[in-house]
Amino acid sequence: MNTEILGVILMYAMVVVLAIPLGRYIGKVFINEKTWLDKILNPVDKLFYKLSGINPDNEMNWKQHLVALLTLNLVWFLFGMFVLMNMTWLPFNPDNNPSMSPDLAFNTSISFICNTNLQHYSGETGISYLGQLVLILFQFISAGTGIAITAVVFFAMKEKTTHKLGNFYFLFVRSCTRILFPISLIVAILLVFNGTPMTFEGKDMITNLQGDTVRVSRGPVAAFVAIKHLGTNGGGFFGANSAHPLENPNYFTNAIEIITQMLIPIAMVFALGYVLKRRKLAWVIFGVMTIGFLMLLIPTLVTEMKGNPTITKMGISQTMGSMEGKEVRFGTAASAYWSIATTVISTGSINSMHDSYMPISGMNQMLGMMVNCFYGGVGVGFLNFYIFIILAVFISGLMVGRTPEFLGKKIEAKEMKIAMIIALLHPLLILVSTAISSYLYAHNPTLYAGWLNNPGYHGYSEMLYEFTSSSANNGSGFEGLGDNTLFWNISCGIVMILARYLPIIGPVAIAGILANKKYIPESAGTLKTDTATFGLMVFAVIAILAALAFFPALTLGPIAEFFSIK
Amino acid sequence: MKSDIIPAIRLTIVCLIFFAGIYTIVILGFAQLAPNKGKGQIITQNGKTYYANVGQSFTNDKYFYSRPSAVAYNAAGSGGSNKGPTNPDYLKDIQSRIDTFLVHNPDIKKSDIPADIVTASGSGLDPDISVEAAKVQVKRIAKIRNIQEDDLQKLIDQQTEKPLAGLLGTKKVNVLRLNLALDNIK
Repeated sequence: MNTEILGVILMYAMVVVLAIPLGRYIGKVFINEKTWLDKILNPVDKLFYKLSGINPDNEMNWKQHLVALLTLNLVWFLFGMFVLMNMTWLPFNPDNNPSMSPDLAFNTSISFICNTNLQHYSGETGISYLGQLVLILFQFISAGTGIAITAVVFFAMKEKTTHKLGNFYFLFVRSCTRILFPISLIVAILLVFNGTPMTFEGKDMITNLQGDTVRVSRGPVAAFVAIKHLGTNGGGFFGANSAHPLENPNYFTNAIEIITQMLIPIAMVFALGYVLKRRKLAWVIFGVMTIGFLMLLIPTLVTEMKGNPTITKMGISQTMGSMEGKEVRFGTAASAYWSIATTVISTGSINSMHDSYMPISGMNQMLGMMVNCFYGGVGVGFLNFYIFIILAVFISGLMVGRTPEFLGKKIEAKEMKIAMIIALLHPLLILVSTAISSYLYAHNPTLYAGWLNNPGYHGYSEMLYEFTSSSANNGSGFEGLGDNTLFWNISCGIVMILARYLPIIGPVAIAGILANKKYIPESAGTLKTDTATFGLMVFAVIAILAALAFFPALTLGPIAEFFSIK
Repeated sequence: MKSDIIPAIRLTIVCLIFFAGIYTIVILGFAQLAPNKGKGQIITQNGKTYYANVGQSFTNDKYFYSRPSAVAYNAAGSGGSNKGPTNPDYLKDIQSRIDTFLVHNPDIKKSDIPADIVTASGSGLDPDISVEAAKVQVKRIAKIRNIQEDDLQKLIDQQTEKPLAGLLGTKKVNVLRLNLALDNIK
């Protein structure tokens, strides 16, 4: 078999093999069962609680959880703004990089606390090492936020009737210290020994073999890259992200990075099975997600490995596939695989330039973000999936003429209204903002000429991709877009805030309300949710919602571009 | 909300110390044991040092070319061309790169040119080319340097890096190592 395809299969198999035991471990961390790291980490956690003045035994209801989460995030945002706008005089700035403008700092700060990591700057020239350290912090705590709040939803799905759903700070600290910290450490060390730099020295000056003098950017890259993938953050240390040969030096590091980023999103599904003692439900959810993932992956792999048909016509050999924007050490298969993995999961790191992918591949990347729950980002991917489950339960309930119930709790008008608002928010944000930017560009193409790097359908796709990525809290881009302008910084910032916090508030509210309801034991009349039939139903709801909402927008971009290839 | 602000600020400071401070320092400690103390892998030849993983610009006909780059191999920055696959200007660029390549390599067939040598990489710093991209340049270099074509073929075979564990990924040639070995021949 082709070594490139074999690599892809093995990388995926490794993720699943590692995610199953990790899911069990995460479940144990959530419900405070014994694990072998307790000896080292119990004192660490206690120190966290003591220094922060937190009582981890104080149980909270769903509203208190959300208040704690939002307050914490607000503090981070203000802190991020302060550092990013004052980097010139703060320490750890060997290359004398400038401070960010207020709008860029606004965008960057939001982007990193929202787990998006959309970057309108380049790491080499736009940020100091202190700024990078703060971003390392944000990558830990934004991922920890997502994991902790998902644990709250897991607790609310239990059978008992309660309004007490654990302590947010307890879950947050444990997610960071017991899940993110140890794995990041291992990954970072593997990367360092494979050639990823870890130093606080500034740019180096070398004379290359042909005699030209160039500067080489370095920095504390390994620490950054490990958590960027584990937390599905995705922001690059360098401008080229994980396509950069120092951020991702070889095929082995590439495999580590792609495995790391898919790990927790898949493990979370198995953690759900462990916490609720419903293994079968976990496998049904995993099955639906995997089918969706494969349906996006396979056409992309095939398209990219075939190469650009227009270039084939020029008479050269394209046995390697479409190589524009891709690195030789990864090849087209591993690049195409990464591009779909990073978009279905909300990582948004890249190892090849998405802007240069074939139209169908670009469409699949966007579809991954539009659905945003085939695995999805750490924690929040499951929350998005939860909304689709609620919708599917309701629709199936209506179809068979029964009161819709999920895990023994009745779903009524209030929960349905919240679910519908959240399900429609994502298309609303993407389509309205793309419409505004398209209107501006179309009515003044000379003023906004710097925006687009490509003409025609593909130029429109660059704008659609940017807002899809912001709203999915993904952070990758069609990087041809000239995005460090007031319009893009502010508009993407607003989209990111709304698309991060509302889809957290909605599912937590639904779960909190359901947890308070009376538990109805399972009977012959109960709609079973851990069956393949129900899995199919959820898949249909996702496909119809995404297809109906986004099909017209995709037709104007990638689909039109596909048919324009002569 | 009010009662949450003080713990939130204190928790943020503790996280800053732990995740930005201690975490980074621990990895920095491990880096001291890594090749070149974690400052990037280097190659030294004739008293000059180069970064093994950072691609260099090779445009001189006596060297094996590296891939086109959107940042001209200036590693102070990085990035790809971000040209869409149907962009007419981009397609013109590719055509002119093919034509230029044929002018400098008159003895080869057009269908032997592999795509990677006329397309830009994602980082603009790609250190590698495909084996085909090295072999297609043999005739030109043999002529200019007065070396047997067979010797060059052998050199490329020596410098070819196999897929990971012989099974996974692509075969490739590091252009810098290849050219350093080429300089050593005479």
